[in-house]
Amino acid sequence: MASLVGSRVERKEDKRFLTGKGRYTADINIANQTYAVFIRSPHARAKIKKIDTSKALKSPGVVDILTGEHIAQDKIGGLIAGWAIRSEDNSEMKCPANPPLAKDNVNFVGDPIAVVFAESLDEAKAAAELVKIDYKVLKAVTSLADTMKSETIHDGIDKNLCYDWLLGDRQKVKEAFDKADKIIKLDITNNRLIPNAMEPRACVIDYNTASEEITCYTTSQNPHLSRLIMSAFGGVAPENKLRVVAPDVGGGFGSKINLYNEEIVCSWAAKKIERPIKWIADRTESFLTDTHGRDHITHAELAVTNDGKFLGFKNETIANLGAYARVFGTVTPTYLFGPCATGVYVMPAAYSNVKAVYTNTAPVDAYRGAGRPEATYTIERIVDKAAIELGMDPIEIRMKNFPTEFPFKQTLVHQVDSGDYIAGLKKAKEMADYDGFAARKKDSESRGKLRGIGVTTYFEACGIAPSPVVMMLGCGVGLWESAEVRFNPTGQVTVYTGSHSHGQSHQTTFAQIAADELGVPIENIDIVHGDTDKGTFGMGTYGSRSLTVGGIAIVNACKKIVAKGKRIAAKMLEASEEDVEFKDGEYVVAKSNKKKTIGEVAFASYLPGVRDEVKSPLPEGEEPGLIESSFFDPANFSFPAGSHIAEVEIDPETGNVKLDKYTAVDDFGTIVNPTIVEGQVHGGLAQGIGQALTENAEYDESGQLITASYMDYTMPRADNFPEFNLGFTCTKATTNPLGVKGCGEAGAIAAPPTVMNAVINALDGHEIQMPATAEKVWKACKEIKKTNAKAA
Amino acid sequence: MRKISLEINGKKIKKEIPDHTTLSGLLRDILNLTGTHIGCDTSQCGACVVHVDGKSIKSCTALAADLDGSKITTIEGLVSNGKLHPMQEAFKKMHGLQCGFCTPGMVMSAIDLLKNKKNPSDQEIRDWLEGNICRCTGYQNIVAAVKEAASKM
Repeated sequence: MASLVGSRVERKEDKRFLTGKGRYTADINIANQTYAVFIRSPHARAKIKKIDTSKALKSPGVVDILTGEHIAQDKIGGLIAGWAIRSEDNSEMKCPANPPLAKDNVNFVGDPIAVVFAESLDEAKAAAELVKIDYKVLKAVTSLADTMKSETIHDGIDKNLCYDWLLGDRQKVKEAFDKADKIIKLDITNNRLIPNAMEPRACVIDYNTASEEITCYTTSQNPHLSRLIMSAFGGVAPENKLRVVAPDVGGGFGSKINLYNEEIVCSWAAKKIERPIKWIADRTESFLTDTHGRDHITHAELAVTNDGKFLGFKNETIANLGAYARVFGTVTPTYLFGPCATGVYVMPAAYSNVKAVYTNTAPVDAYRGAGRPEATYTIERIVDKAAIELGMDPIEIRMKNFPTEFPFKQTLVHQVDSGDYIAGLKKAKEMADYDGFAARKKDSESRGKLRGIGVTTYFEACGIAPSPVVMMLGCGVGLWESAEVRFNPTGQVTVYTGSHSHGQSHQTTFAQIAADELGVPIENIDIVHGDTDKGTFGMGTYGSRSLTVGGIAIVNACKKIVAKGKRIAAKMLEASEEDVEFKDGEYVVAKSNKKKTIGEVAFASYLPGVRDEVKSPLPEGEEPGLIESSFFDPANFSFPAGSHIAEVEIDPETGNVKLDKYTAVDDFGTIVNPTIVEGQVHGGLAQGIGQALTENAEYDESGQLITASYMDYTMPRADNFPEFNLGFTCTKATTNPLGVKGCGEAGAIAAPPTVMNAVINALDGHEIQMPATAEKVWKACKEIKKTNAKAA
Repeated sequence: MRKISLEINGKKIKKEIPDHTTLSGLLRDILNLTGTHIGCDTSQCGACVVHVDGKSIKSCTALAADLDGSKITTIEGLVSNGKLHPMQEAFKKMHGLQCGFCTPGMVMSAIDLLKNKKNPSDQEIRDWLEGNICRCTGYQNIVAAVKEAASKM
């Protein structure tokens, strides 16, 4: 039987999506449901003086209106930061309370204050207009650079500082810098982004008055964790009375990791009003209240020798947390960022210092790549700047500083188990026809255009786990993953996973893995996920962990099934266990034609009896049934890596940047399904290129989000991209039996520096910040022209 | 309230609806045809694209009352005799979808493109689909799917 791992199996999930039969949260309706509309702060920072719901309560169709007072009366807990980070001086981080409905203060535009439930959406909206709220408007803190000098947003959080964190050794870095021939300096911003999953967030809540069970259908990347937080911290209901279901989810990209205010409020309220509740965000609500991503200001320095050897690196960053610290908010700019700060290079000394601050903007949390894009952008931009200042080729300077042996002990934290950065960059160089660039540049120039080429080599740490490490670093829970594999008596297999697919194709790739392990046709394998009532507790999907952690739990559970099956088969075949071999779904007795299929063994395992005989086909002491589970906690992160090369052509008359060529060569270890992996790379690239060229979340001074619609926030569209040219190298991960590494975030990590290096190359080294919009580039072109004219 | 008659996916329907009911609202909330998705409410994302009398439109900003007497095709109406439409087949074959949320609108727009242009170039496909946002695929396999469908239709 041919192995399915490595083959381009078509997706099992597609038929329902292509025929309109997907079941997203907003598609769910429950008889007698009410409709929720949240009343949100129009101010970025204000005190709530008075809320008057009297008129609204009398509005037609209104069932109830609940506020922060009700939340407080019922002692419903708020949203939490999942990671406790300590400052350099060892003090604990400072986090404000984040109640599900604001009672006294609002801290960003969109902060929910009250909720209206009505018989129809129109009636709920109309009543929401009648709720009167008196505010005392306060000066908003929105400038990231000035935050620490601004008024204090949250009582007791001095300088608006959550923590001032350090990773690395300042003294060693100083010594390295003292020896340097040259110090390269770079000031950059990592622009704020809005994840923008195409499906807006939503929840539908059912409450059973007899069993007292709340069912929350929601747009979540990790329903089990949502249930845990809602129960343990929210106090909404005990876990056994709370079922969280994340059905088909239309994209997440990190924005659906968090449990949100609306899910807590509606779950609690459904019990209170004894009616089902439906809430769907409109797009502007999504813009205002989904967690945002990135938003750093960084000063970095790289110490080099004249021949381009790196001696040391330092990174001083201010990271925006927004108004509140959420689940991955505090770890994204620290342990997901700092350890990757030195990139793929041998760097004798380094440190990362991050000050995470609160502002009156939406909470900032994990967004595709989470911390690693920011780290990679900084190092890959400064390495290019070093190449420019030293007069070296960007590929040459990178090659000179790559590690040549693996495992590679990376400067700050990671022990990188496998990789070959030289092979990846060589392949990318060839595929991108790097050597032909000069001719293409000449051609562009002949048409009055500027052409630039940009290179990036990245590595990242993903497959977020292992529990002992993440908990040592401050994570509130262990990050393993679970799986359960069940054989039906008639031979089909159901695999329950704690991972969640919101586009990642688990139904297909996980079935490929299980089919190989069990020798069962893929058609007979179903993957079940996303429902706390089905399968064991799981940690969910983010940080490219589904395959490397969740997939391996499936492998291990399958191996247990095969082992139990072997014991049963040996008994059935009247052979000793050692003489039975399992291959391609069959247990075969060595040197004989005696065999049983795994389906026959499964059947026998459930029906352990023979007519007219008091005899069981099961070995003595063996329990009936063929069901096994596994909790996999890997020994380390996985470390995908790659080299990307982009070419841009700029029209100096308009400033328009055309991305002309993009080559990506990635090393994801073993690839389970090349088609799906390519799709993941394409999608990541599009988001990374979006960050570099078009996307930017912008708040004005008063804290209004001025990019709160698709007319203002420039989502990349089909005509923004060339056809991507993908290649792969393979060094297998040594920390899991499949040799797989995460692939979901690579594109978003590598693309921003790749594209920006190309843009800046086209502009002769003239620095500009992301996104390289036509306006910025046009201004830069004018400035360059002026400087050149003066020089001439 | 207003009475309208429409033909939706080959079936005649008569409904009395509030005047301000959008076509997407009629499809999703009244007829339970939830394959048509709402991604933005402002005609920007294209997840709600359906065909009205054979032409693609964004159903989130069309008033159902204005379309009295029209023939409407949604993503649910593409399968015929149990067989997927060639565009649906092509999206499946070329992995032109991931989370599936933008997919109905993408497929409906792409079918309309091929009605207007039999064998579009990559650039023509990208230009046509400019009104449909996908956050998952980076559009590459969507373009490939439309080309694949063009070769079959």
